[in-house]
Amino acid sequence: MHPILSKKQLSPNVTRLDVRAPRIAEIRLPGQFVIVRRGEGAERIPLTIADADPAAGSITLVVQAVGKTTRDLVALNPGDVIQDISGPLGRPTDLMTSGRALCIGGGVGTAVIHPIAQGLHRRGVAVVSIIGGRSKEWVIFEEELRRLGQVIVCTDDGSHGRKGFVTDAAKDVLAGGGVDAVYAVGPVPMMRAVVAVTKPLGVQTIVSLNPVMVDGTGMCGGCRVSVGGETKFACVDGPEFDGHLVDFDLLWDRLGAYRTQEQESARHEEACRIGLKKPEVA
Amino acid sequence: MQPSDRPPSGKITTKERLKIERQAMPEQDAGARAAGFGEVNLGFTEKVALMEAQRCLQCKEPKCVAGCPVMVNIPRFIQFIADGDLPGAARSLLGDNALPAITGRVCPQETQCEIECIRGLKGMSVAIGHLERFVADWASRHAGAVAVPPPPPTGKKIAIIGSGPAGLTAAGELVKRGHAVTVYEALHKPGGVLVYGIPEFRLPKKIVQEEVERLQKAGAAIECNVVIGRTYTLQELRARFDAIFIANGAGLPLFMNVPGENLKGVYSANEYLTRVNLMTAYKFPEADTPVLVGRRVAVVGGGNVAMDAVRTARRLGADTAMIVYRRTKKEMPARAEEIHHAEQEGIRFEFLVAPLEILGNDQRWVTGLKCLRMQLGEPDASGRRSPVPVPGSEFVIECDAVVVAIGSRANPLLTSTCPELNLNRNGNIAVNADGMTNLPGVFAGGDIVRGAATVILAMGDGKRAAQTIDRYLKKV
Repeated sequence: MHPILSKKQLSPNVTRLDVRAPRIAEIRLPGQFVIVRRGEGAERIPLTIADADPAAGSITLVVQAVGKTTRDLVALNPGDVIQDISGPLGRPTDLMTSGRALCIGGGVGTAVIHPIAQGLHRRGVAVVSIIGGRSKEWVIFEEELRRLGQVIVCTDDGSHGRKGFVTDAAKDVLAGGGVDAVYAVGPVPMMRAVVAVTKPLGVQTIVSLNPVMVDGTGMCGGCRVSVGGETKFACVDGPEFDGHLVDFDLLWDRLGAYRTQEQESARHEEACRIGLKKPEVA
Repeated sequence: MQPSDRPPSGKITTKERLKIERQAMPEQDAGARAAGFGEVNLGFTEKVALMEAQRCLQCKEPKCVAGCPVMVNIPRFIQFIADGDLPGAARSLLGDNALPAITGRVCPQETQCEIECIRGLKGMSVAIGHLERFVADWASRHAGAVAVPPPPPTGKKIAIIGSGPAGLTAAGELVKRGHAVTVYEALHKPGGVLVYGIPEFRLPKKIVQEEVERLQKAGAAIECNVVIGRTYTLQELRARFDAIFIANGAGLPLFMNVPGENLKGVYSANEYLTRVNLMTAYKFPEADTPVLVGRRVAVVGGGNVAMDAVRTARRLGADTAMIVYRRTKKEMPARAEEIHHAEQEGIRFEFLVAPLEILGNDQRWVTGLKCLRMQLGEPDASGRRSPVPVPGSEFVIECDAVVVAIGSRANPLLTSTCPELNLNRNGNIAVNADGMTNLPGVFAGGDIVRGAATVILAMGDGKRAAQTIDRYLKKV
């Protein structure tokens, strides 16, 4: 049982939950995730550990409410509990130890970039972060990243920082030279666009993939992705891979495998909410 | 009191025993059950069990016991049933086997104890498995009647990695000897393959839960959501425990490595069954985890896992649920009872067929399985005749979901984080005759040692490991 210690709305659909999980807080490394199951009948979903406070025994989870499972999670309040959290899972980020790194975060991916930037900063790597969102209210983790180095904010409408996509800012920074590696986490189209910029320049680019997972221990193979033509299990071989080798089309396609079921689930949720149906599973 | 040590009960003569015919297991109607996840076998009544128990000839040198991987004293517990002493039968059975309600349901008795039964030479063997299940279910309903006083604590601490059949059996045997046992489970529910793999209709999850609760009451601590290799390393456990038993299974699914395997609608059997069993996707949308319900589902493979997957597909609503297997029915590794039940439920069997490619449409959904016909050639290393392709025999099986059930390998999550542990060529943990690894005090058993095998073999490993761990702890 993992009590929610605090909760904060970061953007219109992104919520930060600080949750008690002392062992994970103590040993987690940048890039690792947990599998979360809210309670009986709930799905198991992977969530990156955005931050941790070993002294308080807490980990930070950042949840974008996109489907029933994530909506149920962000509905939790301090004092409520998450029944199951297992981890830390996945391989930790392969952190460089010197030089200058460009960390690019899009949307909720910014929360995933944060522990990576933190790890790089701790090792003495100069960190430049580019983060983006639709508009000012969608930009998250700006303050946290500013503590680790320069931050360039991009918004689609120019309401905060520069107007345009993160890739535009990335092009400018890369054109200035001196970037040894790029770490990019965000929606699949964003990561694909970043790779399209860095690949011709030959700048090493690490991306964090978010396929559908069940167990998170390599047991089911549901999270398979194609990297350099080889099938990999993101949960144990990743979740981070060489972006230049990732088949983003496949990832994007497989992420849509349950679209019909997601709609069905949403209809069912709505029917339960307005009292047409009684949920059988609490 | 040792029933097997005394002559058969005077109430009935051998001649009379021989006259009794094997009692049939009552089954849920095949049509009705293919639409739901209720248990297929319904269990013996007390009257039927008594009748069946009287068929046992109480052999002086019972061959059935030698056929049992956990060496259950079969004639003894059967004699207790015949005598109407069900608490005696329960104590006898539970003394030998920590999980009888499970083995009574999923063991391949026909190739283990029952094949050795002397009554099988002329006619039908004693229905040992059904009797075991009867006694185990009686014991769950009468926990008070079978409780044994706790043993004096030894002060020794043992960690068990994995709460599947090997781990649970070892836990049961070790707490019986007074050791403090902690079982670590990676998933959120204990049971391993018993909860994520074997379907509800074959092994109700309530049964597993009851067996687990009995072990917990006997003193075994079970911690879920702990992934050894991630949450704790093996070395950390070694510092905290006097001995360790690794029984984390063969949880790494094999794929066919044919084109199209990453199309939407292709599952490993592990994923398909985990979604349905552990995550109860058959209750979607009441339960949150979905599963793609194919109209025509092709399950590739011929083992018990393939049978479980194809019968699950049928229950989820597939019009056509089929097995695609490269040999014939005779070579299928699945239990006879599972094949029989699958046939009753209208499962289609495509024998002598090997998939070449999974076909998809422009939306990258599965549309079919391109296959090659096979014929049987010379026997291979396993003694089974190996399939040889028939040239030019390519054809397509139309389907919208494919479940790959061709086996699994050792999951490297733990072993890769403990390089000092010796492995064999296949990535399985290497052990000596006592089940001990190259690291003192670290034992291993079940599928992580054997590769994918059966529940009962894993349980046999768990029981043996517990015995050797007990001896080891007395020495150190």
